[in-house]
Amino acid sequence: MTTPFTPSSVTRRGFLATSVGAAATVGLAACGSGSSSVPGSNSAPTGSGGAEGYDGPAVALSFWNGFTGGDGPIMKSLVTKFNGEHPNIKVTMNTQQWADYYAKLPSAVTAGKGPEIAIMHVDSVATNAARRVIQPLDDVATALKLSEADFAPVPWQAGIYNEKRYSIPLDVHPLGFYYNKSVMEKAGLDPEKPPMDADAYGTALDTLKSKGVQGHWATPFPFTGSLTVQALLWQFGGDLFTPDASAVLWADEPGVKALTWFTDLVKNGHSPGKIAQDADAIAFQNGKTAFNWNGIWNINTLKEKKSLEWGVAALPNIGGKNAAWAGSHQFVLPTMKTPDQNKSTAARVFLNWISQQSLEWAKAGQVPARNSVRESAEFKALTDQATLGAQIDDLHFLPPVAGIGDAMLEWEKAVNEAVLGTKAPAAALSDAAGRATKILQANKQKYQQ
Amino acid sequence: MAAVIMPASAGTSPKGGKDLRYGGVHGSRVAPYLFLLPYLVLFLGFVILPALFGLWMSLHNWDFLLPGKPFVGLDNYTALFDSQSVQFEPFWHGMRATAIFTVASVPFLISIPLLLAVLLNRKFPGRTFFRAVFFAPYVLGVAVIGLMWRYLLDPSFGAVNGLLGVFGIPPVNWITEESWAWVSLVLVTIWWTIGFNAIIYLAGLGDISAEQYEAAELDGASMWQQFRYVTVPGLRPVMVFVITTTILASANMFGQSYLITQGGPGDKTRTAIMEITERGLSQYRMGEASAMSYVLALFLAVIALANFYLTRERP
Repeated sequence: MTTPFTPSSVTRRGFLATSVGAAATVGLAACGSGSSSVPGSNSAPTGSGGAEGYDGPAVALSFWNGFTGGDGPIMKSLVTKFNGEHPNIKVTMNTQQWADYYAKLPSAVTAGKGPEIAIMHVDSVATNAARRVIQPLDDVATALKLSEADFAPVPWQAGIYNEKRYSIPLDVHPLGFYYNKSVMEKAGLDPEKPPMDADAYGTALDTLKSKGVQGHWATPFPFTGSLTVQALLWQFGGDLFTPDASAVLWADEPGVKALTWFTDLVKNGHSPGKIAQDADAIAFQNGKTAFNWNGIWNINTLKEKKSLEWGVAALPNIGGKNAAWAGSHQFVLPTMKTPDQNKSTAARVFLNWISQQSLEWAKAGQVPARNSVRESAEFKALTDQATLGAQIDDLHFLPPVAGIGDAMLEWEKAVNEAVLGTKAPAAALSDAAGRATKILQANKQKYQQ
Repeated sequence: MAAVIMPASAGTSPKGGKDLRYGGVHGSRVAPYLFLLPYLVLFLGFVILPALFGLWMSLHNWDFLLPGKPFVGLDNYTALFDSQSVQFEPFWHGMRATAIFTVASVPFLISIPLLLAVLLNRKFPGRTFFRAVFFAPYVLGVAVIGLMWRYLLDPSFGAVNGLLGVFGIPPVNWITEESWAWVSLVLVTIWWTIGFNAIIYLAGLGDISAEQYEAAELDGASMWQQFRYVTVPGLRPVMVFVITTTILASANMFGQSYLITQGGPGDKTRTAIMEITERGLSQYRMGEASAMSYVLALFLAVIALANFYLTRERP
C-alpha cells in the first residue's frame, strides 16, 4: 500500500486530490481492488449490509451533518451511546451549516476526504445520487429487512432514485399551525379551539382584525412563506410538478388559488405588506400576531420562551384536502474513493443502530420516520410532536429528480414577487413556470448520462 | 490589478530608469527576476492558470463530478445572447442589477471620501481619532456588516425604523421594496467602504507640496479654486486608481445583497456575481458560469480602459 504515484493515478480526480494534499490517498486508490464503491461505478456493495454487526479491527468513521441547532447535542449523545456499545467502531460527528455542508461534501468525496456516513435532506438525495456523491444502499435495506411497511410511505419512497435506494429515512419535519393563545383570548377567540377550516379561519382573522390584530403575517420568503403556499397548493388539489418532473404544474388553478389566498392576507389587512425574513415568526413570539405556519423545529424555539402561551395543531384545511409541506432527514453513505470493506460494514452497522433510536431523536423536534417508533406510546407522550406527526400521510415531497432544487428557486421567486405585490399571483406563477420548465429540460439533458 | 497599479505609479517613478538599473550596483542580471519569481509563481498558479482553465471549462458542459463533460463549443456564450435560453433572463437581470448598483454607488464612493479626506487632512484636535472612526467599519467583514444591517433595517422590527418612528416617520420597507433596497445597499456600502478610499486620498494629499497652495494663495485663489486647480490635478494618479478599483469593487458586489436583501424583491437586487455563483456552485453548471464570468470580465475591461482614456494626463 505504499505504492508511490503511478502514471495511471494521475487523473483529474487524482490531481484534485493531490492539490489538497492527499497524495497518499491517490496512491491507495491506484492499488485498490475489488471495489465495492469506486466513484462513478454506482454498483451496490455486497455483504451483510450491517445486519450481522461488525467484528473486524477497530475503525474510525466520520459522520457529517448540519444539525447546528438544538438537534445537534441530541444526535451527538446518540453517537456517544453508539460508540459506548461498539468498542471497535469510533464514530466522530462533524456538524456544519447545511449550506456549507452541501457545498463541501462533493469536493470532499472527490478528494477522498469524505465522511463514511452523512445526513441529507430528502430533496437533495436524487441530485447527489446522480452526481455520484452518495452510493446505493439497497443492500442495507435488504439486510436490515427494512421495507416500506416499516416506514411512512412518503419518506420511504422518496429515497429511491433510478430504481435504486440511496437513503434511509430518519425523520420527517412537517409544517404545523402555531397559534398564540394569549392573543386569541384577548380578541375573544377560544384559545383551545384554533380554526381548522377555511371558513373558521376567515372568521377568526376578521375577529382579530376588528380588535386591531393582523392575525396571520404573510412572509414572502421560502421559510416559511413558500412552504406555506406549497401546502396550500396541495390542499387545493394541485401539484408542483408532474410525478416524473417533466412539466411544471404550479401555474394551474390550484397554485393560483393557493397563492391568491396567501397574498389576500396582505390585501385584506391580516398582514403587513413587504415584511422581511422571519418577521412573521418574531411577530408571533412578540404577541403581535395570532397565527403562524411554521416547521416542527419551531416547537423547541417556542418552548424556550416561558412566558409565551401557545399551541400547535395540524395545518387547517383551507383548500379542501388535508395536506402539508414536510422535509425529511435521510441517512446516506457517501461514495468512498478508497474502498474499505471494514469501514463500509461498520458504517452500515451504525446506520442500522441509529435508525432504531429515533425516539430519542424525536425529542430534537422531529417526527420519526419509523412506524414502530412513531406509533409508540413514548412518542405519543411528546404531545406537540405527535400532533404534527399525525399529518404523516398527508405530507408531500418534491419528486426525486436530480436538480429539482434548481427549478424550485423559480417557485420561491414567484411567491416572493406575488407577496411583495410586484406581480399578480397568476402572472408570477406562470412566468416562473416558464423558466422552471426550461431548467427541468436542461437538467434532464445534463443528468441523463 | 497589475494593470491598475502600473499607470498610477508610473507618474511617480524616477525618470531615466536605464541608468539606475545597473549603474553602480554590480548584481546579477538574474537577480531582479529571482525577486519577481515568488509573485510570478502565485500569479501563474492562482490567476493565469485558473483563468485559462475557466476559458476551457466555458467551452464544455462542465460538472466536475459527472463523468461526461461534453464539448459544446461556443454554445455557452451564444446562449447568453439568445432570449429563449435558460440563462438569458437571469444573467441579464443580474447584469442590470450590477449596472444599477455600480452607477448608483460609484459617484458617492468617489466623491464623499474625497471631501472627507480634504477635511481630515486639515490640522485639528482629534484628527487621528476621526480618521480611525471613518476607517473602522472597513475592517469588518461583509458577513458582519451584512447581518448587522439586515437586522437594523428590518422593516417590522429594525432599529432604524424604530428610530424613525420616534420622530413620527412611518416605517420604510428598507429591504423589501426595490427602490428602498437599492438605497439601503448603496448607503451600507458607502458607510462600510468610505474609509478605504479616504485613506488612499489622504496619502495622495500628503504628496501635494504646501508650496503649491502657498503660490495659489499668493495669486489670490479662493478655497474652491485651490481645490479645483491644485488638489484635483495633484490627485489625478490617485484618482485613476480609486475610480478603477471602486468601479471594479462595485461591479463585483455580492455579499451585501446576498445577506441584506437576498437578491430580492424577486430578483431585482440579484447581481451578476450572485447569478454566476448560483449557477456554477449550486447548480454545478460551471461551463455556463465561466462563460458568464468572461462576458462580465469583458464589460469590466472595456470600462477600465475607458476610465484610463478619460482620466489620462492631457498635454
